[in-house]
Amino acid sequence: MSKTTTGGAPDTAAPASDCLRVLTRQDFQSPQTVRWCPGCGDYSILAQIQRVLPELRVPRENFVFVSGIGCSSRLPYYVNTYGFHTIHGRAPAVATGVKCANPNLSVWVVTGDGDGLSIGTNHLIHTIRRNVDLNILLFNNRIYGLTKGQYSPTSEFGKKTKSSPMGTIEQPIRPIQMALAAEGTFVARTIAADPAHLRETLERAARHRGTSFVEILQNCRVFNDGTFDDLKGRDAAEDDRILLRHGEPLRFGAGERKGITARNLTPQIVDLDSSETPAGDLLVHDERANSPALAALLAALEPPEFPVALGVFRALDRPTYDSLLSAQITGAAEQRGQGDVRQLLNAGTTWEVE
Amino acid sequence: MSTAPGNGRELLQVQHATVRFAGDSGDGMQLVGSQFADIASLSGSAICSFPDFPSDIRAPVGTLGGVSGYQLSFGDQHVTTPGDAPFVLVAMNPAALKVCLPELQKGGIVIANEDAFTSANLQKADYGANPLEDGSLDDYRLIPVPMSRLNDEATAASSIPKSQRERCKNFFALGLTLWLYDRPLQPLLEWLMRKFQRVPEVMAANAASLRAGYNFANTTELFRVHFQVAQAKLPPGRYRRVTGNEALALGCIVGCHRAGRPLVYASYPITPASEVLHELAKHKEFGVRVMQAEDEIAACCAAIGASFAGAIGITGSSGPGMALKTEALGLAVMTELPLVVLNVQRAGPSTGMPTKTEQADLLMALHGRHGESPAVVLAAASAGDCFHMAFEAVRLATKYMTPVLLLSDSFLANSAEPFRIPDISSLPELCVPLTATPENFAPYRRDPQTLARPWVPPGTPGMEHRIGGLEKEDVTGIVSYDGGNHTRMVALRADKVARIAADIPLAELVGAERGQVLVVGWGSSYGAIAAAVDELRREDQPVAHLHLRYLNPLPRNLGELFPRFERILIVEGNRGQLKTILRDQFTASFLQLNKVDGRPFLIREVRTAIQELLSRE
Repeated sequence: MSKTTTGGAPDTAAPASDCLRVLTRQDFQSPQTVRWCPGCGDYSILAQIQRVLPELRVPRENFVFVSGIGCSSRLPYYVNTYGFHTIHGRAPAVATGVKCANPNLSVWVVTGDGDGLSIGTNHLIHTIRRNVDLNILLFNNRIYGLTKGQYSPTSEFGKKTKSSPMGTIEQPIRPIQMALAAEGTFVARTIAADPAHLRETLERAARHRGTSFVEILQNCRVFNDGTFDDLKGRDAAEDDRILLRHGEPLRFGAGERKGITARNLTPQIVDLDSSETPAGDLLVHDERANSPALAALLAALEPPEFPVALGVFRALDRPTYDSLLSAQITGAAEQRGQGDVRQLLNAGTTWEVE
Repeated sequence: MSTAPGNGRELLQVQHATVRFAGDSGDGMQLVGSQFADIASLSGSAICSFPDFPSDIRAPVGTLGGVSGYQLSFGDQHVTTPGDAPFVLVAMNPAALKVCLPELQKGGIVIANEDAFTSANLQKADYGANPLEDGSLDDYRLIPVPMSRLNDEATAASSIPKSQRERCKNFFALGLTLWLYDRPLQPLLEWLMRKFQRVPEVMAANAASLRAGYNFANTTELFRVHFQVAQAKLPPGRYRRVTGNEALALGCIVGCHRAGRPLVYASYPITPASEVLHELAKHKEFGVRVMQAEDEIAACCAAIGASFAGAIGITGSSGPGMALKTEALGLAVMTELPLVVLNVQRAGPSTGMPTKTEQADLLMALHGRHGESPAVVLAAASAGDCFHMAFEAVRLATKYMTPVLLLSDSFLANSAEPFRIPDISSLPELCVPLTATPENFAPYRRDPQTLARPWVPPGTPGMEHRIGGLEKEDVTGIVSYDGGNHTRMVALRADKVARIAADIPLAELVGAERGQVLVVGWGSSYGAIAAAVDELRREDQPVAHLHLRYLNPLPRNLGELFPRFERILIVEGNRGQLKTILRDQFTASFLQLNKVDGRPFLIREVRTAIQELLSRE
């Protein structure tokens, strides 16, 4: 009998939720054996999720993980909460339905670059546009892993894969710019290889009300090994990544002696030691700017010319879809009274037949 | 027909009548048609009506493409369709006359707005000569009325702008028609008072035009006869008029209310299902959460997500939209969640004829998913039945934790009939499997009777679990690729749906208990079959009618009923889909009457087919 040991029944040994008891990482570990390839970036993401969840002081039964199809989408089986492993690309739509039915739940969507940006792009854009109160984690390893190594919509131009032996002829989609174009209210990028940054970003995403869109750069050991190696280690990465901090000038590199300026909306790197540009001319990050222009400029920074920006690009308070929906329902009941089905059926012209 | 004195003219008694109002899409024909239907209903007649909208969004004024019609049949209880052919045609312009004349009964009445028969309008309708003058209408009783002019005179005292006064002429036409059928004006005057409460000038102008039309008919010599139509012997109770789409929405609201769960309706706009979306969006005070999704796929997925979270997820669509939902329906089958899917069928494939009716999605509803993927399939027989079947869909979906597909169609969606308002307390209690407790909980531990798995929405402490599209191990719900387990789960899912046969009504014969011909139908062919069989029975012919409202599972007594008849005629708006299903399961002499011209069956089409079978040796 061959049977995988993911999914299914709850860990019945676990106690029922008790608001007074502080939950720990262990409470969110499901009894299922985790089945990702050795060295997969997903392990790190799972571990940080399980660390962040207890911090949120939400009863365990109120968490729901919804996923699509792909390596990343196996994650709900490994988190001991409610979970729904749905169909390819549709997790944002299913999760929206969950929030319509019960806005009090903390709903997380787990998707990947194929699931969320190829077959399910439409749902992702519209969910972000509606600002449904969800946390969307997009694991980006720039490759199709579950189907064993075809290029994905985020693969670099020219990349050679099983389905592109002569190199891809497609320009990649940029997830952050797409989320900004959809007027995302929380848009962030982090990297699986930096657990501290990942955890901090996840926690901020979880605390944001509205759609939190987090792109998580992640290695695929088997089919795209080393895709984000440049950004991995703190030492090697100093020149290759720039950390976004609200209200602070954009500086990076050893001793933060490099910075980003912009002329005619074109970003430029300045060396603060050799250039004549004073540090005061550097761009200052503003995640609360109403205009997504600066965020889009930063999202487009790419090696080899530029470092990759990590952190929160945008964080705005705007009404959520689910709160507006609930407000319309309570508003209608206040205005017209709680619905009475007898009145509903007897509305309009009626007549009696004796 | 018998005669009685009335206003110095002949008053003929008739059992039923069919009238069509036709004009330009801006002439207000839908409004006067539906008002006439209400007046006929209030006077105790049975009615059945069907609008015929132009398919263009806004065709040029006066053209053939812009003709909007509203046909209704009213009279005794045998009225079950909007009528095969109108006896009275009210034509507001030449295009309306041209489009509708071919269907008018020979000897029928044409009431034409002669003021609209100008050379420009005649040209737009491709008339070489004026049909009111060239003798081409000699087979009919032609009554030309200068409606535009008379309406102008009747409303001259009004302060509203002339263009707005001109638009009152539909009420002039309605006044004429009400006199012709000996119906009172009072209920309509009261309706106008309510409708135009805030704009008394508009109310007064419409009322003046209505009275003028009525009085004109009453005093002129143009009308030598008028008609008194029989009342219907309908079951006692309070009635209202509903269209199929309204009734679907009402059935869903009442069903979810009865189940004590919130309704989440996720849908993408599509003809002819959009009115369900509009109707449900109006009723937020019932906690109805309506989501207009980005596409058909998202609509179905959001409904599934809502069901997972403890609401009753409902989605609705038509034709191509249903094709897009297929993958998600498989997920609902696999995860065994309650889901109601309304399919208001239209003529396909592909974009097909979006405003025309067809019943060609039966096989798709039964089988249109990959894998062994059983679902409950229901079909409403009439506009009012849409309410009961929507309620039934909610009942079965929740009790058995299964997707339920409910078939309606463009004809039912738009046709209207009297609907006996049910007493809420008489509707069945719904039993919802929300009773699991953490002790011994497993997501696929089934109720031994219904085989339903427990419904445990997120937010329930102590029973956190994961479901999904992957095959699950029996009972535990752990992902399983074991062949033996899959075989068992496929059988369990099929058995669960099959067992519902014990929980649905037996099929009923209307007419002969046994005999020569049994007519079997499903969905909107009901009205035409019922009327045709009824006519033949009154002529003592050995025929019966059996109408299927449950297509999967089928009622459990069909195997007992079919052998009682020599021949079984299956009437459906496709090329023989139900016949395929029945022939697979039963041995009988199945014959078929099919139609795919985008229109509902006519009574005479069904009657002719039955008579042909009766005359066979």
